[in-house]
Amino acid sequence: MPKKTYRQAINEALAHEMRRDPTVVVMGEDVAGGAGGSGEEDAYGGALGVTKGLIGEFGSSRVIDTPITESAIVGAAAGAALAGIRPVAELMFVDFLGVCFDQIFNQAAKFRYMFGGNATTPLVLRTMIGAGFRAAAQHSQSLYHFFTAVPGLKCVVPSNAYDAKGLLIQAIRDDDPVVFFEHKVLYDTTDEVPDEAYTLPFAEANLVREGSDITLVAFSRMVHLATEVADKLAGEGVSVEVLDPRTTSPLDEDSILESVEKTGRLVIVDESAKRCGLAADIAGLVASEGFSNLKAPVKQVTPPHTPVPFSPVLEDAWVPSVESVESTVRDLMKPN
Amino acid sequence: MQLSREDLLDAYRTMRTIREFEERIHRENTTGEIPGFVHLYAGEEAIAAGVCASLTEDDSIASTHRGHGHCIAKGCDVKAMMREIYGRAGGLCSGKGGSMHIADLERGMLGANAIVGGAPPLATVAALAARTLGNGNVAVAFAGDGASNQGTVFEAINMAVVLKLPVVFVFENNGYGEGTGHDYAVGSKDIAGRCEGFGLPAHKVDGTDFFAVQEIAREAIELARSGGGPSAIECQAVRFFGHFEGDPQLYRSQEELARVRDQQDCLAHFRNKVCGAGLLRAEELEAIDGTVMNLIDSAVTEARSAPFPEPSEVMTDVYKSYY
Repeated sequence: MPKKTYRQAINEALAHEMRRDPTVVVMGEDVAGGAGGSGEEDAYGGALGVTKGLIGEFGSSRVIDTPITESAIVGAAAGAALAGIRPVAELMFVDFLGVCFDQIFNQAAKFRYMFGGNATTPLVLRTMIGAGFRAAAQHSQSLYHFFTAVPGLKCVVPSNAYDAKGLLIQAIRDDDPVVFFEHKVLYDTTDEVPDEAYTLPFAEANLVREGSDITLVAFSRMVHLATEVADKLAGEGVSVEVLDPRTTSPLDEDSILESVEKTGRLVIVDESAKRCGLAADIAGLVASEGFSNLKAPVKQVTPPHTPVPFSPVLEDAWVPSVESVESTVRDLMKPN
Repeated sequence: MQLSREDLLDAYRTMRTIREFEERIHRENTTGEIPGFVHLYAGEEAIAAGVCASLTEDDSIASTHRGHGHCIAKGCDVKAMMREIYGRAGGLCSGKGGSMHIADLERGMLGANAIVGGAPPLATVAALAARTLGNGNVAVAFAGDGASNQGTVFEAINMAVVLKLPVVFVFENNGYGEGTGHDYAVGSKDIAGRCEGFGLPAHKVDGTDFFAVQEIAREAIELARSGGGPSAIECQAVRFFGHFEGDPQLYRSQEELARVRDQQDCLAHFRNKVCGAGLLRAEELEAIDGTVMNLIDSAVTEARSAPFPEPSEVMTDVYKSYY
């Protein structure tokens, strides 16, 4: 099977759906790039090149470069979705959500409910998350926890190229507003990705490693850290189970609870936040629904409660590391 | 109003410092030692210098992601700036902010801002503070042609007009919002004209002409300072480099890239004008060139050998008080 990058997988998902369904429209800042300038069209194909080539195949009425106006972009996408097209809008960096959050959480998320089931909002909002590029405080956050807390939104956090393609196709076909979080550090990672279109269902976790001693639940890039730790400890006879929920909303609660029932120990690795992030959310779930299965406290590996610092030394201390995951797992495995 | 020899030398020194700072970062960036993203101001020096020439240390400016030029023109320490860009201890923001968040509040530089359109509301509020405290200070907001379409910018302008605040909105129209042309993204194709609709005086000026910028900025700043309210200035500019370092700039033709360096270099224009008119001598300018090169050289050398911050500093300065 061909190996493709996370970036290519997302590009393919968009192209497949745009070919299949003429109502799918891509819009955002520099999704092509070069409009109104003296040089080429499709000069960028997205800030990090994810949408390159689409304007060549589908034209500027379906690959729309917008001015820098996040509220209008997201608002237009929400309204367009109500009116019968399937927009895939891009919020270039999730950190910019402050500029347009009303359109997402008060408008798109709530139309169906507020209108008594009469509205359908098949909107996809793609956005970049993640620290590690030394892009500093306003370009490095992973704010999927904010969106997860909003009823009416679905939130997808792919950790690899194969999942990214299947989940994005699913997201585009889904009739609810879906926010799709792409980790910028993962764009060049590769995986085996089929050429044809396929879907992956939401609320179905991926069992990355099967184990019996301890469960690691991780999201996005953190899945790779958890897997590295699992493989290292396997060599020492510690059986680590790694679960990638893939979607934070809806969340595959059953898989998490079943895993904890089996292992009795849980560590959650989450780049979103120390306070009120996915780690806290899942720890709460397990404490209320899976308490009798726990042999040890639930542990959360998250960044500290600070903005993302710029200097490489500081950013590396901020992001959860393989070392911090490993030491947390080892501590939890010590006999009482 | 005539500029003194001192003023002219200062202006040249400011512009030359910005130019050499940016050109040097462009070269050093290929070594991989500069972390993250940098957005270079080279080509736009006349705007920062022309506007800041009429500002005191107590006045405020709020900048864009392309903020090194504004920072230097406002009098920030060049060596501390370089350390910040390299992410080292002793940087202007202790390595916590980097190029896109470079700031020095003691010199009234309210920060480079990574959010497009982030500056105008901040400057409007700084102007409100100045008016409330009655200190006669003025605020200047810098924004690009890309930012000129942001809702927050319209809101900031309207509020400044309604409250008659001492703020000047300077739009640096370099023709591109990242990779999208101003011709495409600004519907009315006329940023100053659009500002007029908000009810404040709005001017359009050649941003490669220091004298033109300085004159109109001085007028606008004096109007604000004397209680006459806000104004907007659209400076038609050129940026020599890409949106960010590493940008292949496919959205700009080769012809355009060559032309802007050749024919629209604000430093060359300044030099020709002042020497041609006998206001300054070429040797004086060359002497400044030499001093500036030495300053930038030592800034880079010091930055490269400066230590990184301690990892424990991740946790500092989140709050002023931790209880």
